[in-house]
Amino acid sequence: MRIVHYVNQFYAGLGGEDSAGIGPRVIDGTVGPGRLLSQILGDEHQIVATLVCGDDHAASNATVAQELLDMARSADAELLVAGPAFGSGRYGLACARLVAAAHAGGLPALASMHPDNPGISEAGKAPVIASSATAREMRPSVQRLAAAVAKLAAGEALTAADGLVTQPARIGQLVDQRAAARAVQLVLRRLGGDRDATEVPVGGFGAVDPAAPIDKAAGVTVALVTEGAVVPAGNPDRLESARATRWLRYPIDGVGALDSGVWESVAGGFATTAANADPNRLVPLDAARTLEREGAIGRLHDEFLVTVGNGTPVATARRFGVEWAAELRKAGVQAAILTAT
Amino acid sequence: MERAGIPTALITNLVTIAEQVGAPRIVPGRGIPYPSGDPNLSPAAEQAWRRQLVQRALDAVATAVEHPTIFEVGVVNA
Repeated sequence: MRIVHYVNQFYAGLGGEDSAGIGPRVIDGTVGPGRLLSQILGDEHQIVATLVCGDDHAASNATVAQELLDMARSADAELLVAGPAFGSGRYGLACARLVAAAHAGGLPALASMHPDNPGISEAGKAPVIASSATAREMRPSVQRLAAAVAKLAAGEALTAADGLVTQPARIGQLVDQRAAARAVQLVLRRLGGDRDATEVPVGGFGAVDPAAPIDKAAGVTVALVTEGAVVPAGNPDRLESARATRWLRYPIDGVGALDSGVWESVAGGFATTAANADPNRLVPLDAARTLEREGAIGRLHDEFLVTVGNGTPVATARRFGVEWAAELRKAGVQAAILTAT
Repeated sequence: MERAGIPTALITNLVTIAEQVGAPRIVPGRGIPYPSGDPNLSPAAEQAWRRQLVQRALDAVATAVEHPTIFEVGVVNA
C-alpha cells in the first residue's frame, strides 16, 4: 500500500520553534519517525512521501488540512498516516484535522497521539491510535501505529485492543440480547463497581455552566491569569515548562507593564521569542492598567496567577481552576481575564 | 473558574478547542505564542490592538451567556 506520512517541522528535521511557522511541503520518502514506521512495516507497504507543516502554521490556518490532503492525493496516497504527536497540542491538532479531512474525503487515514492530546477531538470519524505521552517512548508508539496500519491496510476494523482512541463510526448490527436485558446487565455491572461499562461512551470535558456576568467592569476588581508561564526573569521559583504540578502568583501592585528582561515566559510548548520581547503579549498588563486608569476597570487585582498549560493533564488543570477560583473569590475578585497559548 | 462563579474571558488563538472544552467566554487572539499581542503590527498599532482585546474581554465578562460564545474584537454580540 502507498502511504503518505505527516509529521511536524521538528520531526522532519527542519527546526524547532523557530520553524513552527513554515507552510505545508512535501518530502520524498521517509523522514524521522517515518523511517522507523517504514522499517517496522516491512516491504509490503511503502511510505512514498512525507508531508510537513510547521505547528503554528498548521494550528492557526483552517485551510492547511485541505492543502496537505491535496498534496497526499498528488502523491497517489492510498493511506494517510499522521504522527505520533504524543501530547503536543498543536501537532495533535494538525494530525487530527488532516486525518479528519482525509477520512471525510474518502482517503483512509490514521493518526497517532496520546489520548489526552487536546487536538484529538478534531479527528472526526477518522481513527486515532493511542501513543505514549512523550517521545521518550517513540518505539512502542510507532510499533502500535504500524500494527494498526497493517490491520487497516488488510481491510480489518480497528478496535480498542489496537489502541483505538476515537469512537469508530456506529454501524448497525444484530445482537442476541434485547436492549432491556443489556441495560439491566449494565446496571448490574455498575452496581458491581464498574464505572466505565457503557454502550455509548460520551467522553468530553463535561458541560460548563457559565458564571453570571458582572454588571460593569468599571465597578469591580478584575484579575489577570495565564497558562503562558510568565515568571520573573530567571524563573526564581522554578515553574515547570511543561506538565505543571503547581501554579504561582506574582505581585503587580504598582507595576504598569510587564517589561522585557524583567519578566519572561518559560513555557516549553511554543516559541517564546515574541512573548519575551514584550511579555504583555502573554499577560496584557499594560492595556489593563490603561483601562483601569481610565475607569473602565474598577481595580486590577494586585497579583497575577500563572501556570503552564503545556502538556498539563486535564485533571491537574481542573484542580488549578478550582484553586484559582477560591483564591480570587477570597481576594474579592469578581471577574478574570485568562490568556492561553 | 466559571463553574465557581467567576466570569472569565479566555483570550486565545485556539478558538475551536476553547469552544470544545466549553469555555463560556472566548476572545480570539491572533497567534498561539502571543494571545494578547501581534508582533506583526507597529508598536503603536499593537498597543491599540491589545487595548481592544482587553476591552472586549471586559465586555465578555459583563455579558450573560448560556454556552461557549465568541467575542470577536470589532463585533457587537447581541
